[in-house]
Parts: sequence; C-alpha cells; structure tokens
Amino acid sequence: MVLRANNIEFYYDSNQKFQIPDINLDAGEQMLILGKSGSGKTTILNIIAGLLKPKSGTVNIDGTDIYSLKGSQFDKFRGKNIGIIFQKPHILAPLTVEENLQLANFFVKENTHLIEPLLKELGILDKRKARISTLSEGEAQRVSIARALVNKPKLILADEPTASLDDENATAVVKLLQNQAKKYDAALIIVTHDQRVKDHISNQIIIGGQS
Amino acid sequence: MIKLSWKYLIAKPLSTGLNILLLALGLAIITVLILIQDQFENKMTKDAEGIDLVVGAKGSPLQLILSSVYHIDFPTGNIDLKDAMALSKNRLVKNIIPLGLGDNYQGYRIVGTNHDYLALYKAVFSEGEAWEKPFDVVLGHEAAEKVGLKAGDTFIGSHGIGSSSHEHDAHPYVITGVLSPMGNVLDKLILTSIESVWYTHDEEHDHATHEAPVAKKGFPVTDQDREVTSLLIQYRNPIAAIQLPRFINSKSALQAASPSFEISRLFELLGVGVKLIQGLAIVIIIIAGLGIFIALFNSLKERKYDLAVMRTLGASSWQLFLHIVLEGVILTILGAVVGIAIGHLFLVILVMQNDQGAISTLSAAVFLKEELWILAYAVIVGILASLIPAWNAYQTDIAKQLTKA
Repeated sequence: MVLRANNIEFYYDSNQKFQIPDINLDAGEQMLILGKSGSGKTTILNIIAGLLKPKSGTVNIDGTDIYSLKGSQFDKFRGKNIGIIFQKPHILAPLTVEENLQLANFFVKENTHLIEPLLKELGILDKRKARISTLSEGEAQRVSIARALVNKPKLILADEPTASLDDENATAVVKLLQNQAKKYDAALIIVTHDQRVKDHISNQIIIGGQS
Repeated sequence: MIKLSWKYLIAKPLSTGLNILLLALGLAIITVLILIQDQFENKMTKDAEGIDLVVGAKGSPLQLILSSVYHIDFPTGNIDLKDAMALSKNRLVKNIIPLGLGDNYQGYRIVGTNHDYLALYKAVFSEGEAWEKPFDVVLGHEAAEKVGLKAGDTFIGSHGIGSSSHEHDAHPYVITGVLSPMGNVLDKLILTSIESVWYTHDEEHDHATHEAPVAKKGFPVTDQDREVTSLLIQYRNPIAAIQLPRFINSKSALQAASPSFEISRLFELLGVGVKLIQGLAIVIIIIAGLGIFIALFNSLKERKYDLAVMRTLGASSWQLFLHIVLEGVILTILGAVVGIAIGHLFLVILVMQNDQGAISTLSAAVFLKEELWILAYAVIVGILASLIPAWNAYQTDIAKQLTKA
C-alpha cells in the first residue's frame, strides 16, 4: 500500500465536522475525489499531502506515518514522496522553467536526472530556458506537473487541475497525469468538482453529498 | 541557495539597486573618512619625525608648523640670522636645520636648507647628487615629474609661495639631482641651499660669492645681515622639551612650536567635523537597513505563495529562513563592495583635482584592515534587516497560504 489514510477526523469548528472516508491506494492506482466547492475536498488533499495535521487518525505513505515526522525531516519526506499539482500553476516567477525543476531536486538533495525527459514528454523542452511570464496557461500547468513528478514521488496529488482549462486541454491534462503516474508507478489522486474528469477514472469518492 | 536568493533579487532590479546604492553611499562616506584620517595621520607623523621643535617668527604656532614641517601654509615671517645662530649655541640643542622659504617654481616650493635636511628624511637620489654651489637645486620626485625636468636642466624661480608675483630671471637654478619617491613631504619640494634663496633676492650680484661652495651643515657663514624663515630643532635630552620652548617663547623675538602638540590640536579641531560626517554616514546606513527591511517585508507578502510552494517541494522552514537572510546579506555585501569602491573612486577624483597641497599626498590605492570591518558591519546590517522577514518566512503556514487563493 502506498497510501493508507484511516480514521481521519478534521474540523475547523467542532460543530461542523468533515466526513472523511478511509482512503487506501496501491502503487499505480488512481482515484478521483469529487465534491462541490466548500465540501472539504481541498482539506482532505491538504491532510493527505501532509500540509494540514488532522485532529485524529493516521496518514501512512509508503509505510511511514507522516504526522509522526518532525521538522525538516517531514519537509524532506514530503518533497521526495508527494508531488502536488495546484489549481493554479504556482511556478516561481524569478526562475526559469528548468530552474524550477532543479529547485525541487535541490530541496530533497537528490538529482533524479528526470528534468530533460519530463520536459520532453510534456512537450515543453524548448521552453526550458524560458521565463515563467512568457508561458501560456497550458504550458505553465504542464511545468507544474513536471515539477510535481521530478522527484519521482510515490503519490501524486492534483487539486482541481482542470478548473481553468477548456474541454480539450482538460482531457489532455487528465490523460497526461494518468500516463505519467502509471509510468513512474505512482498513486494518483485528483480532487475536483469538474464533471468532465468523471469519465476518465472509475475509482471515485464523493464528498459532501451527490453533486 | 545563494543562486535562489540572487534570482529573487534581480527579479526586482529597481528596489534592489536603490537599496544597494543607499547602503553604498553611507559606506562610501565612512570609507573615505577612514582612508583620509589614516593617511593624514600617517603622513603627519612621518613628516614630523625627528623634528622636536620648530622655531620661527612670532605668529600662529599651528601656521608655523604647517608651513615649516608640512609646507602647506604660509610662513609666519622671517627671523634674524643672529638670533638663530645664538640659539644653535644653546646646550639643549642637538642639531638645528635652518629653512629659507619664499619662492616657488610652478607651485612647488623652493626650500633653502642644508644637507642635514636631506639626512633628516633619509633622502635617496634617483639621479645626480646634492647641491654644492649657490643655485644648485635638488628636486623631489613628484616635483620633478610634474614640471618635467631632470638633472642638468635649468629653470627660473618665482617669488612667493604658491601663486607667484614676479620671476627671479637673473638667476636660473641648475638641477644637480632628483630624489627617489620618498612618500613624505620631500616629494613635493625643490631643495637648495640657504645661500641660493638669499642671492636670488639680492639686487647686486657678486660673482665671487656665487661660485663659492655653500654650507652643508649648520648656518652659512656671512658678514651681512641675513634672515632665515624657520629652524627645525632636535633636542639633546628630554629636559630640553620642557625648558627650550619656554626659554625661546619668553625671552626672544622668536616663537617655538612643537609639531606633535600642534598636530594633535589640529586633529582635535578637525575631529568635530569628522564626527559630524560620521554621524551622517551612520544615519544613511540605518536608513539603508530600514530600506532593505521594508523591501524584504513587502516582497514577502507577494512571496508567501512562492514560499509555501517551496515548502511543498521539500524545503524546510530553516531553508526558507536562510533564503530570506541570504537575500539581505547578499544585498549588503554588494552594497559594501560598491561603497568601498565608490569611496576609493571618490578619493581618486579628489586627488586628481588637487595635484598640489595637502590632499594630493593621499593615495586611493591603499586598502586598510578597517575596510574589512565595513564589510562585517554591512553583513550585520543585512542580517538584522532580514531577521523579522525571515522569521515570518519561517512561520509560513503552507496549507493556509495555498488554500487562500
């Protein structure tokens, strides 16, 4: 099991608890978490990503209980094992495309030699020296995918990756995520309210009632 | 890590440049002050070495010292040769060197003296030798270079010090020697015998005396009423330091002044101005520090997102802390380097514009230990200015930042 999230309970306000189902995923498995905005999808993602400590329960990634890790150890673990793709690309603007990926490598002190092959596969190799401000939305999204993958994570988390894309690009991005996850044998979770994604992944959880 | 901070800095060239400039300005002022102070003090003590007392006409003691030891101010007047010779018989006096001032050549002072003056500064000749006859002169290195003359050449001196009134065209000087660069007051002087200075100003010309060898030690022998400008005196023993100045100042028409005393008095007077400029420089540096602080703090607001993303990529809180501090430190190191460079450049320009006088003796090519301290201070300013922003970066709450969008 790559991911085992059990008995998780979380609330900002004790009267309004989130219902969070157990999630278990094997390497190469894929899952879709569907839900309306405000249903707590992103909260779940943050908990799984190790960004938000749950009130109770455990998140176990590749055999490690991540919330038992401390300080920089935790940060290293997260950088190495979890690749996160945000709704907006959030690429560091002062750096070039290539440097953004190098930075991800640098923070976990490992060189995976994946920068070039990844950029090539995602069709943005010719933009490697480009400034972020010169990229189109779709290209930026692909850079953020490349950055999430460059450390060969065990788990890839994508938060609304298709929200700002048109139908064609949305399908392309989901396909891309699926292919890359398979290729590097990583578990993939996509959190979305986007109905267009529904048909691509059969393994689904619905949060906060049927949408 | 340094590269990352650097990239963020050059992403904002304007605010980065402004901060560097501001800091550099403050540090440049301090650099110039340090350089000038150090070199002045060095030169001043070096030039006054071996001279215990200066005796000249009544007037300002500081003026007497400046004109007779450093050759920057005007002399207080002349003294009677008989008084001077009487003083040389005093048992407290070990050695006495007479000086006759009053003429110049293209702004370089012609100093009539004897060979003891050369010995006092341990003069070394690069060509030729010391004067033997009247109107033989020896040029200091810089004087020779600037006027473009060498041994064997002749020139005509002008009356007055600095600006000339009329030329002594009846008596050309003959250059018998040029000194090596000495790094002291000799570099800018034209040295000759006391007799040369006397005879230049005479109306009648007696060719027999003009060919006779000059006095190389002590005073020239003459039966006429002659004058000298001042006397440099070395004490025979420590008691002289107490008795001799008092004796001269109270009993004769002469005035005695101690170089070390007058110079420390001069530095005391200058000290107020130096302190004021120093204070100004420190204020500028503090403002620069605040500028860096504000720049980092503002950029942090925009960058919280970037920082949160870095955390998800595996950066630890400490790395983010370091990232911000490094930014401040890079900024201040650059500021310090630029500041020291500007300081030296400023001094070069200052020296170029004053090729005579006191400032021209300074050199911009000197680097001092104190300048490393400037660098250290700058780094401290950088760390202090970036501490609070860095602490904010350290405490970035990733989940909150990322979901806020």
